[in-house]
Amino acid sequence: MSFVKLTASTLAIAAVTATAAAARDNVQVAGSSTVLPYASIVAEAFGENFDFPTPVVESGGSSAGLKRFCEGVGENTIDVANASRKIKDKEIAACAEAGVTDIIEVRIGYDGIVFASQINGPAFNAFEPADWYNALAAEKPVDGAMVANTAATWADANAELPAVEIAAFIPGTKHGTREVFEEKVLLQGCEDTGALAAILEINGGDEKAAEKTCMAVRTDGKSVDIDGDYTETLARIDSNTNGVGVFGLAFYENNTDKLKVATMSGVAPSTETIAAGDYPVSRPLFFYVKKAHIGVIPGLKEYAEFFVSDEIAGTDGPLSAYGLVSDPELAATQAVVANEEAM
Amino acid sequence: MTDATNNTPKAKTSLLTVSPRVKKRNAQEARFKAYGIAAVATGLVFLVILLSTILYNGVGAFQQTFITVPIYLDEAKLDKNGNRDIEEIKKVSTFGYTPLIQDAIFAAIEEKAPGSEITSAKDTKALISASAAAQIRDVVIANPDMIGKSVEFRILAASRVDGYLKGRVTRDSIARDKNIDAKHLDVVDTLRSKGIVKREFNMAFITGADASESRPEQAGIGVSMLGSLFMMLVVLVLSLPIGVAASIYLEEFAPQNKWTDLIEVNISNLAAVPSIVFGILGLAVFIQFAGLPQSAPLVGGLVLTLMTLPTIIISTRASLKSVPPSIRDAALGLGASKMQSVFHHVLPLAMPGILTGTIIGLAQALGETAPLLLIGMVGYIASNYPSGPISGFMDPNSAMPAQIYEWAKRADPAYYERAWGGIIILLVFLITMNIIAIILRRRFERRW
Repeated sequence: MSFVKLTASTLAIAAVTATAAAARDNVQVAGSSTVLPYASIVAEAFGENFDFPTPVVESGGSSAGLKRFCEGVGENTIDVANASRKIKDKEIAACAEAGVTDIIEVRIGYDGIVFASQINGPAFNAFEPADWYNALAAEKPVDGAMVANTAATWADANAELPAVEIAAFIPGTKHGTREVFEEKVLLQGCEDTGALAAILEINGGDEKAAEKTCMAVRTDGKSVDIDGDYTETLARIDSNTNGVGVFGLAFYENNTDKLKVATMSGVAPSTETIAAGDYPVSRPLFFYVKKAHIGVIPGLKEYAEFFVSDEIAGTDGPLSAYGLVSDPELAATQAVVANEEAM
Repeated sequence: MTDATNNTPKAKTSLLTVSPRVKKRNAQEARFKAYGIAAVATGLVFLVILLSTILYNGVGAFQQTFITVPIYLDEAKLDKNGNRDIEEIKKVSTFGYTPLIQDAIFAAIEEKAPGSEITSAKDTKALISASAAAQIRDVVIANPDMIGKSVEFRILAASRVDGYLKGRVTRDSIARDKNIDAKHLDVVDTLRSKGIVKREFNMAFITGADASESRPEQAGIGVSMLGSLFMMLVVLVLSLPIGVAASIYLEEFAPQNKWTDLIEVNISNLAAVPSIVFGILGLAVFIQFAGLPQSAPLVGGLVLTLMTLPTIIISTRASLKSVPPSIRDAALGLGASKMQSVFHHVLPLAMPGILTGTIIGLAQALGETAPLLLIGMVGYIASNYPSGPISGFMDPNSAMPAQIYEWAKRADPAYYERAWGGIIILLVFLITMNIIAIILRRRFERRW
């Protein structure tokens, strides 16, 4: 009999649950896994300092977050989307179609992308974008024709680098980091070596196709796409003395006992060099707020303001301590949030 | 007659001397035994390696480093107007409390470790967990009359300090770490000898909520344990009645035809389907089609129900089958209806077996991670305790295996230790459930 009772009460609970999904009182955030640690640090401090409940922060990637963000307006959609890149026009259009028209764009700071290798491994101390292009390009122009890349060691790419086999671990194509790597390292290297000009000559001036060729990465196993996160890249480098990996600055700073970082174009990555704009491989991080939810979801505006406040996102704040490069124009961002200026 | 069959003369054999053939057979048997023992020994060696690795890596998570210091709750900073108005006190954020803690630690350093290289209160930041400010703010808001007094607090030390006491962080490994310097470790050594810095058992790891990446020392598995509990409730209340009803019908009532054969074959097939498949199914059906919330234990429970059902049906049918037909015949012979014979006689006798199967199915579901990856139970920071049963089922939460996976992914090596600690807790749950299943079987199962 108690079994019947148990079943009945469960059914009752399920029925109540189904009807009581309304009236949300916490801020819901989703998006980039790069922004996740920062957003969770802010959410935690927000919950401690305000009477609002701690915001719910989920990851899933920039694109997935923006997709959920653009599903529409209402309590069953998320309020904030984190992104490690700017929102695309296509996404803005998709948002508008679903009724999400006023979007507030908030830039929280910059994230550096560093090139690191095993601490006791070969002396990878200084890279140029050209080295990476020479080492990783799928095809290179030689005497007026495209030839598959034959570089086997880093010394083949640049005689000053150690003569060890190329084993590069770069982020997979689903990562926002990959895009930055392609544009700021491979494409830059392509230009620097003069390969871009040569490719343009070969294909007859089609700039888009030439850039695509520049950013194509060889697939013969010298370069490995890591679809997981930086922990996986670290594990690969741990087991391969010659490995060189692409990491976020914050991840590197938490693992300085295992990794040594190389300079890029002669500049060592640090929050200072990135903030000054000297270190070339960095990108802005954003979050997007649904203006229609401000005033409806309690604590949303407070959360956004708290995120960009000097105490949090400033140079002495916890985000900077974790590895975020503070935005020198933070005051302007604070004004955008305070005035709820939509894009 | 014997001559006719025994044409070729044979060497005389004796029972007392061992013939070569017997010798060979005996040797074969000995070899086989040796192989068996070797196989068991290999298994045991791996088990010992596994368990000792888990314990070695994970035990540290159950201890945490604390700093015990008196903190002067300065009225000028916490309650400027001195009227103890709770709303005004609340306006002071955790950033207002941090300097008080730093001053207190600095005072302790100057008193107990004079001559250290730490020369300013701000320099003590590397020693203290960011959670301390919130801890003290909560206490002050609950007891405003503490303001103006000096109160002794036990606060968490930063994860690097904790790592140093546990041997994870060494003087070599921090050489290029910008978060902590050798001078901090010197001070920690001195304060430790004076009993201010101590490594103690950390209950918060078992009961606490997950924390952000900047404070691994605060993270606990408690909230995701609740997530797992709510999921298991869903699995239990759905899969037990459905599974038992299906098996009783199939075993006792259903006619034997090609349809029931087909169903039987497919149930066996379902039991062998990889769990990730159920995850995709859950994503498509429960979240995208039915519109249930992502990361909710309800959805996790539904997906795991699908996974557990075949296990329960198979074990229930096996235990129904093991009830001898004479019991049924006797009941029917005394005039009981088919239904009465099943529910009054067969089912109670099969119950221990059914419960055992259910518990083992639940244990399997508890440790399952793959389907949870797809329904969004990872990549989520489980920092809120559910506020009631409804929020427990519907609000986003993590589950224990998902939480372990999440910790193992994080950048700070301190989280790695917590992942191993989480594994210990998960294993304790699994072993307990399996022991309960064994006890049930031993005590109540009848053999015929």
